[in-house]
Amino acid sequence: MKPAAFDLLRAGNADEVVEALRGRGDEVRILAGGQSLMAVLNLRLAQPRALVDLTGCADLREVRKDRAMLVVHAAATQASVERRKELRGEVPLLAAALPWMSHPQIRSRGTICGSIAHADPAAELPLVLATLGGEVVLRRARGRRTVAATDFFTGMLSTARRPDELLECVRFPLAGADTRYAFTEFALRHGDFALVAIAVAENAGELRIGVGGVADRPVLRRYPRLDGSALDDALNELAWSLDARDDANLSAQGRRRLVRRLGRRAVNAARETTGIAGRTA
Amino acid sequence: MHVNPESPADRDAPQLGRARTRLEDAALVTGRGQFADDLGVKPGTLHAAILRSPHAHAELRGIDASPALACRGVRAVLTGADVQRWSQPFVAGVKASMQHWALAVDRVRYVGEPVAVVIAENRYLAEDALDQIVVDYAPLPAVVEIDAAIADGAPLLHPAAGSNIVSDRRFRYGDPERAFAEAAHTVRLSARYPRNSCTPIECGVVIAEYQPADGAYDVVSNFMGPFSLHAVMALALKVAGNRLRHRVPRDSGGSFGVKQSVFPVAVLMCLASRKAAAPVKWVEDRVEHLTAATSATARNTEIEAAVDASGRVLALRYDQIDEVGAYLRAPEPATFYRMHGSLTGAYDIAHLAARNRVALLNKTPTGLVRGFGGPQVYFALERLMDRIATQLSLDPIEVRRRNFVRREQFPYLAAAGALLDSGDYHAVMDDAIAAASLDELIGRRARARAAGRLYGIGCASIVEPSISNMGYITTALTPEQRAKAGPKNGAIAAATVAIDLLGGVTVTIASAPAGQGHMTVCAQVVADVFGLAPEAIVVNVEFDTQKDAWSVAAGNYSSRFAGAVAGAVHLAALQLRAKLAQIAATQLKCAPQELRFSGGRVFAAGAPDKGQAFARLTGLAHWSPALLPSGMAPGLRETAFFTPETLAAPDAQDRVNASAAYGFVFDLCGVEIDRDTGRVRIDRYVTAHDAGRLLNPALADGQIRGGFAQGVGAALYEEFRYAADGSFQSGTFADYAVPTCCEIPDPVIVHRETPSPFTPLGAKGIGEGNNMSTPPAIANAVADALRPLVGELDLELPLTPARVLAHLGEKEPAPPASLAHFARPATKSRGAVALQASGQVDIEATPEAVFAVLLDPASLARVIPGCAALEPDGPNRYRADVTVGIGLVKARYAAQIALSEVDLPQSLRLAGSGSSALGSASGDGRLRLERRAGGTRLHYDYEAQVGGRIAAVGSRMLEGAARRVLAELFDSLGRQASGAARLTAWQRLWRWLGLRR
Amino acid sequence: MKHYARDTEHWIALKLNGVQRRGRAEPRLLLSDFLRQELGATGTHVGCEHGACGACTVRIDGEPARACLTLALQVEGCAVETVEGLAPAPGALSALQDAFRRRHALQCGFCTAGILVSATAWIERVAAGEIEATEAAVRDMLSGHLCRCTGYAPIVAAILEVATGDAAEIANA
Repeated sequence: MKPAAFDLLRAGNADEVVEALRGRGDEVRILAGGQSLMAVLNLRLAQPRALVDLTGCADLREVRKDRAMLVVHAAATQASVERRKELRGEVPLLAAALPWMSHPQIRSRGTICGSIAHADPAAELPLVLATLGGEVVLRRARGRRTVAATDFFTGMLSTARRPDELLECVRFPLAGADTRYAFTEFALRHGDFALVAIAVAENAGELRIGVGGVADRPVLRRYPRLDGSALDDALNELAWSLDARDDANLSAQGRRRLVRRLGRRAVNAARETTGIAGRTA
Repeated sequence: MHVNPESPADRDAPQLGRARTRLEDAALVTGRGQFADDLGVKPGTLHAAILRSPHAHAELRGIDASPALACRGVRAVLTGADVQRWSQPFVAGVKASMQHWALAVDRVRYVGEPVAVVIAENRYLAEDALDQIVVDYAPLPAVVEIDAAIADGAPLLHPAAGSNIVSDRRFRYGDPERAFAEAAHTVRLSARYPRNSCTPIECGVVIAEYQPADGAYDVVSNFMGPFSLHAVMALALKVAGNRLRHRVPRDSGGSFGVKQSVFPVAVLMCLASRKAAAPVKWVEDRVEHLTAATSATARNTEIEAAVDASGRVLALRYDQIDEVGAYLRAPEPATFYRMHGSLTGAYDIAHLAARNRVALLNKTPTGLVRGFGGPQVYFALERLMDRIATQLSLDPIEVRRRNFVRREQFPYLAAAGALLDSGDYHAVMDDAIAAASLDELIGRRARARAAGRLYGIGCASIVEPSISNMGYITTALTPEQRAKAGPKNGAIAAATVAIDLLGGVTVTIASAPAGQGHMTVCAQVVADVFGLAPEAIVVNVEFDTQKDAWSVAAGNYSSRFAGAVAGAVHLAALQLRAKLAQIAATQLKCAPQELRFSGGRVFAAGAPDKGQAFARLTGLAHWSPALLPSGMAPGLRETAFFTPETLAAPDAQDRVNASAAYGFVFDLCGVEIDRDTGRVRIDRYVTAHDAGRLLNPALADGQIRGGFAQGVGAALYEEFRYAADGSFQSGTFADYAVPTCCEIPDPVIVHRETPSPFTPLGAKGIGEGNNMSTPPAIANAVADALRPLVGELDLELPLTPARVLAHLGEKEPAPPASLAHFARPATKSRGAVALQASGQVDIEATPEAVFAVLLDPASLARVIPGCAALEPDGPNRYRADVTVGIGLVKARYAAQIALSEVDLPQSLRLAGSGSSALGSASGDGRLRLERRAGGTRLHYDYEAQVGGRIAAVGSRMLEGAARRVLAELFDSLGRQASGAARLTAWQRLWRWLGLRR
Repeated sequence: MKHYARDTEHWIALKLNGVQRRGRAEPRLLLSDFLRQELGATGTHVGCEHGACGACTVRIDGEPARACLTLALQVEGCAVETVEGLAPAPGALSALQDAFRRRHALQCGFCTAGILVSATAWIERVAAGEIEATEAAVRDMLSGHLCRCTGYAPIVAAILEVATGDAAEIANA
């Protein structure tokens, strides 16, 4: 399957990317890692007039700590973040989630921001961002704006990004004091899209549970510390509240079951380790 | 157990039987493979892209290719009219009143059916032009379930055939009725086997050239045989067999039967070449391959056993229905008849009844897929054996022990005609039990169950046929029809061994390997005959129908290599050695029987120093033919044709020995089911094989591991999915779940060799066993794991977590009262689930205002998301240009929209359908408007169907996408209605009513 | 900003297996097709064109990448490595290539090139101390490659043998 023809613009820096989008957002697509976009183009599921390639923008490869956030720019690959020596201490939930994402060869080239912008309901990174309460920075010719994760994901494959905006960077909150994290998901094969994904962050004051793969966007729920039957009840309520549907891959009842069971496993994992749960499924 | 080529003691041991490394590998690991797309092509070769039907069933009213011809780089477009002018429909295994052309001519009958071919300067340009071809389709109702296809009043795929059942044969051996009447027990099982395929990583490739000066066609492709299909291709092209030249490159990236299905595309590309007046190359892409290349048959089986009190099976009764897709494509209905003679499997059962029906429905035509009929038969038979065990409270192992053919009974003539050549089934089963530490496994299961975990043990025993009797397909005919048509039988293998003027040995075979290591094994065979090193033997597998020795059975399928092909190589080498022995006997003045060929020399036994170098001896025949023994023809080239003697045509009682050799496989496994997720984990897997004499144990184990991985795929992961309208939904490797290495454990393999008396080397085929044994072994283990919880089950493959969870059927906690409305009844699990979307939206406008928006075209155009234009097309009907964009995907649809059943102001029906380059979509449902304080609550309840490419590659998100589009539609409706324009709702409504009067 | 007009071929220069090469590509030409057809490096194979099978895996500036999801023009000025660059010399095999041959880790060979490239990159990271070479780690890396012939076990064994540097430690299947 070969893509339809397009013009290719290879940008050298973020300014050039933003300029290329100005006024042409509807016709131009951003090419970052290409691991989603190129498959779509090869299948001719989309035929944009032009692509603006930001893989050559050194300024967009930057990953750095900025006060209480880890800031990841648009061209930074998933692998570059995964291999960051300090990641387990900086954003433990990200360190826990990245190995679940697809396969290492995809992470070599796929970008963190690209996955966030794509907003697949079953993807790990939107779930992590939403659970941590992170934010995205959107930039267009006129300027920048910062959008909280909860406002950014608006539906299946749908975000608050305007067509002429570049998702310039994503900001993950750094590990909270005495907060423990866990991530798990269930998929048919190793590396497949999650049928259900669970992210947990818990400290003395709060238990956060994020669920991906069921609703059309990541869903975050915040609870006081719960245990025993209270936790079971909360997970049950959470499972039902997601309005799961039967589909070709799993029944609604099956998804609810996974939310309950994996939710319990993830909470246990967060509590039993010093911070990160290994792969459990 | 196996020869170690490095050890000094074994250095003189024969080559055959060594687990030696392959001669193929140095080239393959350095990137120097010669796959079909790696070969250079003639200058001027063009590239083809195939336009394929997006509909499962539709009349093909017309094609306008002129816009495509105007595209850059396009040389020609081939359509059905050309195909009808230059070719004939394909013949099939059974005469049926249907026509199957290389392109659809009057109807399309499956999603992906070829409709036209664009021939252009490169594949990119050819695909650009595909989108420009305008095809006029009139959709017809599609059938996608066997029960629906064979029901009275079902839509007929081929009206001239009068039915979707194209073959219905009954068979009876012994006295099954009496056996059932007298049996202590009758045990029954319903089995359904799904569509799947072994999907090689390399897809099909065809390079075709029409040669008008000779009235001939020249094809290079990775077609794998059987070359009986050469006749089918030549007949379709209306040329004699010698005016179709077919060559196969040295390397093929896996076939597993699947590349048998390249043959109709070879014909298609020959015609494309004719149209374009240039050679044409086609490289199949993955979406094409998954959608439209081939599939194993899906089979429904009702199987019954008449069992005596001790668990001996006295009779079997099969009622089998295979669906073969939209056309009976050669060699179907071979999936049935390949296995026919061995329907009784590994068991000594004298009485047998079978009914075989072949049904058509709107899916891709089926064909060879590794195992070919075996997976379907054994899934039913081996599940039944387990059910017999359960019903009689016997151990499943014991049931097999009591029923196996016994060692002293070989060669054993089975009820339906299979002549099982050799074996020791009890011993192989004991090998497996020992290797699995069965007692320990049973203890493991007991401990797991005590802890509330789900652990099961399962087994399967299968007879693995190899070397197909080419006459078996005629079992589908009645004896009277066979008598009229003339007998078909045999499995002719051919091989040529030649020695050149410098003593170099070259072997050619008619085999078309795809990774099985034929070059290596042939070299081992010939090395032993001539006393040379295998590295000195060159084996050319680039099969050429014009230059090589071959016959009907040529090709690489039914695991015929070890038994028949290697056997023919052996025979040819022996013939040539006999000739050399005559020459040497004259030279060395001894009797030919005294001669030894060893270490690159030829000498009389006992006098190794007085011999000659092999190359010198052979040189004589070339350089000094006058010195040859008198009467001996010059030249050193021998061709052997071999056909196993036991392969006769089916007899007047419909008994057929469908294969020449029969191996045996016994699998034993333990599985655990995760109660939380439904995932099946294979805890231990032992597979015990008897494939006769092993020619290369390393290659044999490779075949077993590969077949096992595919068997696990079929058992737990793989299925071709279709929607109710026949849309295909498994078009990428994201949707069709080929297992990765994380899903495939390493099985324990044990061997026992009982050589075949019927093949030259005593070898049997070993390529397909685990495709047949692994799915039922795993299914039996899963059934065992679930039995304490849910009792006896009819299991369907693949046993995905979804299916297992459904079987577990555990009652879930009720929702809290505030969420009770989310507790919807589950949609039916059988068959394709239609996309359903229902919901409600609250609108700050009266129901009348809402209606007014819907009934006014200008407002309606603003309501429909992405609507660029809306034109009236009749009362309350519209044509629309609608672009739907979700995430990265954007598709532009030519749509029709209709409002009906208008019941002001309470409800109406709103239907829409559209087609785009990416396929079709439709939605139909009811809107109900409930008047409330503050406005209207609009309830919508829809069924939607999405077909074409989007369905093929995006099925994971179709439900969500359909819901999202409808939600956008009704949200938009709400905004239009509540942001009312200057006219009041009633004023607009009166205007609408006025227009109607 | 570099502009490449559609439907027009543009020259690019790159290093392929250490050798300076030039070739022409229009913007939409996939790297997989560019390598095979424009540069004649047919060792890299195409199995799916949507990034799932791994047969087309090459290295771009050292990182494994799906050539079917990369545009040819994106590798301008880059160092691309394919299976043809793995052998230390003509007629010789790398340790990994030899382990594959010895352990029967290939049958049809179509998926092999991508796996060899992926595994070579991975073994380099093991040697640099970035990854611990366990069977689970091998399988995680290998899960990005589909093979239909071998059942994977011999491939895992071959990679593990070379990664741990000790053939005797791995039980021969």
